[in-house]
Order: sequence, then C-alpha cells, then structure tokens
Amino acid sequence: MNVSIELYASLMKHLPPGKSRFRRDLKVDDGLILNRLIEQFHIKPEEAHLVLINGHYIDAEERDDRKLAAGDVVSIWPPVAGG
Amino acid sequence: MSWTRKILRVNLSKGSCTSEPLNMEWAKQYLGQRGLASKYLSEEIDPKCDALGPDNKLIMATGPLTGTMASTAGRYSVICKSPLTGAIACSNSGGFLGAELKFAGWDMIIFEGKSEKPVYLLVQDDKVELRDASHLWGKTVWETDDILHQTHQDPQLRVACVGRTAENGCLYAAIVNDKHRAAGRSGVGTVMASKNLKAVAVRGTQGVGNLEDAKTFMAAVDAGKGVLAENAVTGQGLPAYGTQVLMNVINGVGALPARNMRDVGFEGAENISAEAMAEPRASDGKPNLTTNAGCFSCTIACGRISTVDKTHFSVKDKPQYHGASGGLEYEAAWALGADTGIDDLDALTYVNFLCNEDGFDPITYGATVAAAMEMFEEGVITTKETGGIELKFGNTEAFVAVTEALVANEGFGPDLALGSKRLCEKYGRPELSMTVKGQEFPAYDPRGIQGMGLTYATSNRGACHLRSYTVSSEVLGLPIKTEMGDAEGKPELVKAFQDVTALVDSAGLCIFTTFAWGMDNIAPQIDAACEGDWSVEGCMEAGERIWNMERMFNTAAGFTGKDDNLPPRLMKEAIKSGPTEGQVSRLDEMLPQYYQIRGWTEDGTVTKETQQRLSL
Ligand code: SF4
Repeated sequence: MNVSIELYASLMKHLPPGKSRFRRDLKVDDGLILNRLIEQFHIKPEEAHLVLINGHYIDAEERDDRKLAAGDVVSIWPPVAGG
Repeated sequence: MSWTRKILRVNLSKGSCTSEPLNMEWAKQYLGQRGLASKYLSEEIDPKCDALGPDNKLIMATGPLTGTMASTAGRYSVICKSPLTGAIACSNSGGFLGAELKFAGWDMIIFEGKSEKPVYLLVQDDKVELRDASHLWGKTVWETDDILHQTHQDPQLRVACVGRTAENGCLYAAIVNDKHRAAGRSGVGTVMASKNLKAVAVRGTQGVGNLEDAKTFMAAVDAGKGVLAENAVTGQGLPAYGTQVLMNVINGVGALPARNMRDVGFEGAENISAEAMAEPRASDGKPNLTTNAGCFSCTIACGRISTVDKTHFSVKDKPQYHGASGGLEYEAAWALGADTGIDDLDALTYVNFLCNEDGFDPITYGATVAAAMEMFEEGVITTKETGGIELKFGNTEAFVAVTEALVANEGFGPDLALGSKRLCEKYGRPELSMTVKGQEFPAYDPRGIQGMGLTYATSNRGACHLRSYTVSSEVLGLPIKTEMGDAEGKPELVKAFQDVTALVDSAGLCIFTTFAWGMDNIAPQIDAACEGDWSVEGCMEAGERIWNMERMFNTAAGFTGKDDNLPPRLMKEAIKSGPTEGQVSRLDEMLPQYYQIRGWTEDGTVTKETQQRLSL
C-alpha cells in the first residue's frame, strides 16, 4: 500500500533524496506498524517526539500497535516548542 | 540582585525625578514586574482614565530575579492602561535593558503626567535626568539607539525607545529595546509617546546583591540550568529552530488560521517556516537565518537573527536593510504571513525589520492588514481608500507598500494604524475584526485548539497566547497531553496556566523556561532570592492573586463577562477541512465553568470571598 512520511526540523536529515521539502511517498507492506516505519528511517524513539497520522496526535504508547492504512500521512517532529 | 527596594518616580509634567522605597508589603504579595507594577498601577490611576491622557501612568518594571544569574533572568515589563483595548496592558521584553536597570539600582520606573516637549530619561546608576529629545523626535528606533550611543559614548548603554509609529498615534506601537527586543503588545509604545517620552537610556554598574540566601540561590539556579540543558526542547529544539518550528506543527494539526481566520490551514506555511529559514537561498547561497541569539543570562537562546535576500524587490535599493537583524518569530511570521496569505519569506523578514525599526506590534499589524484584505476582497475597501494598492490576500507587493505607508503615516497607513477593531468599525464590518477586547489573535485557531479559545476570551490584556499557553499541553504534550478538540478539563487547564504565567512574568524570568521547568524548579530560585513565602504553594497563590487583581482593574475600567467573547466567525463558522474539520469554539461551555473555578460570579466578577481568600 502507499503511505507518506513527513520529517521535520532536525529529522529532515533522515529523508532520502527527493523533491518535496518534507514529504516522501512510500510503498509499504499492508498493515505496517507505525513504529516499524519510524525505525526504517533510523529515527530513535526519543527523537520522535510529536507524531501525527493525518494530522491526529499519536501517543508514544500507541505507536507499537498502530497499523497504518493506505493513504496515511505520518508526520514526525523532534522535541520542539514555541510561542 | 533581588529587589533593590528602590523605585524611580518620574513626573514628566513637572520634569522631576525622585527616588522612593519599594512597598515591601506589596512586594511580598505581588513579587515584582507584572504583578507588582500592576498593583501600583491599580492603586495609582483611575482605570476609567483616558489611556493617552496625562492621567495614565507607564511603569517599566523588573522582577526580583532580573539581573541575577538565573537562566533567562533579563526580563522587564511595561505596564499601563492600553489605548488599544482600554484594559490593563502588560508587555514583557527580553534583551539586556531589564538587567541594566537593575544594575543601576532600580526595581521600577513610574512615569506620570506628560512632558511639554520631547524628552528622554537618562539613568546612570543613581544619577537620573530628563534630557531634551527634540532632535530624536521623528527618528526611528534604530536611529534613536545609535544617536544615544554616540551622544553618551558608552557601548554598554541600553536603550528602550519608541519609533515613528508611536509618535503618529498608531494604537499598537511597541517599546523596543536593544534594537529588536520589544514590549510589543497592546500599544504600550503609544502611551510612552503620548507622554512625549522618546527613550529611556540606562547604564548600571552596581552588580548583584541583596539575595536572601545567596548560597541556596546559586544551587537552585544551577539545578534549574541543568534541567533546561538536559530538556530536549529547551536544550536543543528552541536554540536550533526557534519558535518558528511551530509553523508546520500548527498547520499539521489543523489549527493554523489563514486569511483573517477565514480559513484554517495555509498552503504556503512550509515556505515561511523555521526549516525554510535555514535553507540556503539561490542568490547568495546563504540562509535567511544567520544565527540564534539569547537575551541576558539566557541558556536557551531562542532568538533569531536574519537577513533579507539583497536581490529581493523589497530591499534591492535599500542597503540599510542588507545587514543582519532580528528575524521572524512564529507569531510574527503567522500574522504577517499566513494571516495575509503571503508566503514570501524575504518580504516577511523585511516587514518584520520595519516592525522593529519603527516599533509596532507585528501580530496586531499583520492581523489588521488581514482584516483590510478581507474587506478589500469584499469591495468594502477599494483602491480609492488604499491609494491605488490592490490589497488582496497574497499580494506581497501590496503588503510591502502599505507597511511603508504605515511607517510614513501616509495613504492607507493612518487607517491601518487604528488596529482591526476600529478599522472594521469604520468600514461598517465590525464582525471581521479578529479580536478580543480590541486586541488581535495570535497564531492558534481557537476552533482547533479549544483551550486557546478560553485563553483568548479571558485574557486580561485582550487576545494573547502568552497569558496561558495551553498549546503546550494540547498540541505538544508538555507537561501532559490533553486533547486539542476537547472542551472538558480546559477551564482547569487554562486557570493553572494563567496563574503560573502570572507568577513567572512577575519574577523576571522568561515564560519559555516552563517548557522544561515546573513550579518546583522555579519556586526554589525565587524563595532563595526573596524575602517572604515563595514555596510552590506561595507562588501559585501569588499567581492567582495577580490574575484576579488584573481582572478587577478591568472590571473597574468597565469590562464585564460580555467582553470575554470571541468573534462570531470562531463560534459559528466551522473549520472547512483537514484534521479539525467541523469544529467551532465551544467557549460557551467552558466559560461558566471557568468562572466557577475562579470563584467569580456568573457574569465574571471577582466575588468578595475570592478577594478575601487572596488578600485582595
Ligand atoms: S528563551 Fe528566548 S525569549 Fe526567552 S530569554 Fe531566552 S532568548 Fe530571550
């Protein structure tokens, strides 16, 4: 199935070459677990501070069980804040 | 040093400067800076007075930790009645001026009356004098700062001043110190200019003293710095990316307002984000971001120093803007960018330079232009009013042109100087002003982030994110994650954030420490430095007391629960698409609970019992 990943801020270094600033479209196994996708990009669990699927927050505890669906967009930030 | 226990009172009508002892009874209840100066203001002015008349006072106040070695302890605040809102104004600034004022031996300066002709205040330790500023009137912030440095031949002199927008009566003029740090919101600069006070120049050489328990203080300060360094947000995230890293985050979660909050979600967000600021540009291979920068004693250093592409149309023929200066912070980038539909990073950086150079609040300014753009697109404002400028969303050239008109006080500039509330009223479309109590929203849509709706509605200085930054919990999960879309639990969350923030703003510390510090990190630092009960409980109670006191000022100024409101757009027009689709603000559910938790009446008045409980 096709999903997309978006890596921001210091995690951008894990993006393979591509056109978009943050996003890569990928083919992955059906029902891939979120944390396995994160591992494929060599992102350590503590680096994946804020993880969204389609804009919705995914708690660290859910990430080992959460199965991706076709078309999902996974967005990941390291620890950041502002205001 | 903690309190110097000395106040400088400057009567501008009489031209007198006098020293008086700090009211230590009040200091033990209201700590310093925001809290203590608001107490002085509440006691000394009629809250119904004309904000731009001589009866308003303007207080520049440090906190007891300002000037100490505590991390971020360089802050000062400006407190007065706001001409933009009519409510209490308190604008906080970093840089180096606050610490310098402390080194000169003063906890605060109270300006009263109005000078007959332009003056500036020169403070050199105990030597204090008002000097003629006729030659500075009409000058920008940057020029004024340079001239005063030349005049006094002291590179260590710290200057806070107003620019031309304040002189011209722009209702959201800022006081800028150290050239690009600003007490930015609510028109505190307009009040300063209304008193014919152009600048405050300060040099202090008296160092640090007066700490209640210096050894314990240093241990608490060390521990606090350790926490900031080890925390990934304050130790790495903020220094590397600044606040601007939020642009993609808030857009990603479906809470980035765009085009006068008509839309949520901005397609150009990534082009004006922190990541874009770090990319080399085509013309010279350099990024927009030159370096990060820190305020006095700050171990976070979130500040941005930027340049504009020299080949960009806005600065091509203006070499004075080719150097590095204060760059975009998130709220400014949002208001100047997403809210106007403009994603040209160089144009936004240039306009941000102008905000610093001439001292006006980029949040209110960007949001006012956004309201004007919506009225232009609806045909309410035409090229007749704008002087031929096609003021449509996304028109970068138009945006640069009206900003230059504002600074020059020409063409459409005077209309924009009104702020969006008065501008929209003038053109018969008050509902298009995205304000609470007359002050414009910052960069979080209250339909997407429910706690921010309550935050804005109840903020004592009108719409503001820095009164209770629940984004921290609702989006970033700090200190604990709450659901953005839930209204349940938000009244408690907002109250807790409001009280903590009031205390931090009264201490001399920067609110950004609270991404890593809890009250258990902050209270020991205050407690070791200051006389009085500054335990965690004592600090929380003081925060609550300060919040209620500000509220009582506003009630006396004529505000009621009806003013704790949001524009109809945010209550009725649901978000059209994205992860927050279908949401509106549920303020009407949250507000009654909030009043109850606060111990206020159903119409939002502080009850006698609450006043007694908080010794108000
Ligand atoms: S965190 Fe940023 S705004 Fe706060 S004191 Fe440090 S540099 Fe200044």
